[in-house]
Amino acid sequence: MPLNDTASAGEDTLIQLLSPSGVRRENSDYDRWVADVDGPALQALYEDMVVVRRIDAEATALQRQGELALWPPLLGQEAAQIGSGRALREDDFVFSSYRENAVAYCRGVDFTDILRVWRGNASSGWDPFTINMATPQVIIGAQTLHATGYAMGIQNDGADSVAVTYFGDGATSQGDVNEAMVFAASYQAPVIFFCQNNHWAISEPVGLQAHVPIANRAPGFGIPSVRVDGNDVLACLAVTRQALNRARTGGGPSFIEAVTYRMGPHTTADDPTKYRDANELEDWAAKDPISRLATLLQSMGLMTDEFVAAVNTKAAEVAAKLRSGCIEMPEPEPMDVFKHVYSTPNSWLDRQQENYGRYLATFESDPAATEGSH
Amino acid sequence: MSTMTFGRAINAGLRRAMEHDPKVILMGEDIGKLGGVFRITEGLQKDFGEHRVLDTPLAESAIMGTAVGMAYRGYRPVVEIQFDGFIYPAFDQIVCQVAKLHYRTQGAVKMPITIRVPFGGGIGSPEHHSESPEAYFTHTSGLRVISVSNPQDAYTMIQQAIASDDPVLYFEPKRRYHARGEVDESVDLAATSMEDAHVVSPGSDVTLVTYGPLVPTARDAAIAASDDGLSVEVIDLRSLAPIDFATIEASVRKTGRLVITHEAAQSGGLGAEIAASITERCFNYLEHAPVRVTGFDIPYPYSKLEFHHLPDLDRILDGVDRVMGRPNSLSGLER
Ligand SMILES: Cc1ncc(C[n+]2csc(CCOP(=O)(O)OP(=O)(O)O)c2C)c(N)n1
Repeated sequence: MPLNDTASAGEDTLIQLLSPSGVRRENSDYDRWVADVDGPALQALYEDMVVVRRIDAEATALQRQGELALWPPLLGQEAAQIGSGRALREDDFVFSSYRENAVAYCRGVDFTDILRVWRGNASSGWDPFTINMATPQVIIGAQTLHATGYAMGIQNDGADSVAVTYFGDGATSQGDVNEAMVFAASYQAPVIFFCQNNHWAISEPVGLQAHVPIANRAPGFGIPSVRVDGNDVLACLAVTRQALNRARTGGGPSFIEAVTYRMGPHTTADDPTKYRDANELEDWAAKDPISRLATLLQSMGLMTDEFVAAVNTKAAEVAAKLRSGCIEMPEPEPMDVFKHVYSTPNSWLDRQQENYGRYLATFESDPAATEGSH
Repeated sequence: MSTMTFGRAINAGLRRAMEHDPKVILMGEDIGKLGGVFRITEGLQKDFGEHRVLDTPLAESAIMGTAVGMAYRGYRPVVEIQFDGFIYPAFDQIVCQVAKLHYRTQGAVKMPITIRVPFGGGIGSPEHHSESPEAYFTHTSGLRVISVSNPQDAYTMIQQAIASDDPVLYFEPKRRYHARGEVDESVDLAATSMEDAHVVSPGSDVTLVTYGPLVPTARDAAIAASDDGLSVEVIDLRSLAPIDFATIEASVRKTGRLVITHEAAQSGGLGAEIAASITERCFNYLEHAPVRVTGFDIPYPYSKLEFHHLPDLDRILDGVDRVMGRPNSLSGLER
């Protein structure tokens, strides 16, 4: 059976600028893409990762406390998301799956907005055009086509912004993702395919989706690709900047496979002990994206008490804001179910809405009955 | 007889079918080691092996399309679609290939494929996880569509579906997976047809037709109505394509009144088909126009509001009041 893990083999082929033990590695091809990343910039990346890990932990806790219906944790994937997310320009546009909360953080999302969907209060947490990031996609792989189409639009407009789409290793099995690559290559669209290979699609190991490294597929479509250490924030930043530059200068699409690991469950409804080995988690914990950058900062004398305290304060503030934003979120009104189905009135729906209004009104004389009815 | 949950009953039925016929194989995402996201296939890969319980790559069109090829080769694939909203990537294979190959080949090719779909809402899930897509499939000739509502039917009908030489969509009401009931495992599969509707509880004033997740709700509504002096006959369709109109017809001739309830949106839904067909067949027996109590014509709403969309006991009773000409939410409007 196709369960061997060849698709994740070959760590030596990964682009890496920061070793798991926190040592800066020289790379003649990629160093220039992060030449400007000085001590304070490294500190900023560290802060980002700590804060988004904290957001993730807080949201997981809120789910456990019954405040959220579900949560898809990104624990372990901070470097892939922050590295790529911080490379983007404001006018670039992101099409993501449901796990890219750290990318949304980079786009400047209001923290509470991230939670709307998971609390069950809305189908979309934010207006895509305020942060240039589409509403998260649940249908696996569908967003890659949207990104490609958006990129074709950018191209037609003669602009130099870029569409970036995020998806998982499992998504690469879908027709949509493969069709998106065909279109991107055909039109040389300015789009980046950013695959976070976190090794699992719910219970299915990456070896079930691919028998060769996932990055190897893109060249077959005519799209250049790289495999990057997804737990190395600096390398993720570098490869994304390179791909953005290619897209902006008419060089067409790129494919990035960020090799990382989902340290938590798929979602809070999932139990990974049913299908995965605890040792695997330990191996990957040793490659943790945050601690390796902490080691580098330490060696540079930048992990000062003040800095650490400032980061922790920021994380605590964000978490507190997230919690209060979640708990204080107003409940939606019953009649909201009829809103926004169409942008112009629809006679069928108007009638249903009117009838339902009359139905709800029959309970008004007897408030106890309304409660009992739902 | 033994007592088991709905989910367990499907598992037991699948196991029985696999023991009975080595050509039965299961395919789907996460159905192996994990036993599926609802654990319906739990233990089957362990007992039947990875060649009969296939964890597939994450691609619904490919799962369905390869099932077609397997069927050409004499297998009887049972495909699990993880959630209702994820059946659409497979839609083309189902409606253009699975449904039509028998017809296109003058009967030479059989498509004994069973497509299991956990469907419907009421479990507080995010978008694409609570849909009722059955009407798309009942509209497609060549497919059989069934929806089970209790552990016994779940056990029996999964085996009947797998044994059928026609493709069958088997809709499982996911919010009832944990409901318990008696299951007679020695049931004679040939004794009941997959096409028969069931009269769940008899009555003489109103016929209430439903299926799948709303059967228990309809039964509760009938009990509530009886406290009010009304006798409601509840019919569980079980088969949505074809529909057993004879059973509904016999009931409506007796009661003269018809209410249909389903979670799916109203327009172009099964309720419309049943109302029209029964009006054609029983016009002279009807005391009131048939009434539908359904989900609204909206995308399935976010979970905080899903209980406004889903028909509940009170909305069904309001529909019963309408056909009875008793005071109801639309009194005086003649709608
Ligand atoms: C079309 C479709 N099929 C199935 C699912 C159910 N599902 C949700 S997430 C998931 C696994 C996705 O794995 P991957 O693409 O690797 O992304 P990850 O969650 O690991 O980030 C599955 C099967 C879905 N959302 N959409």
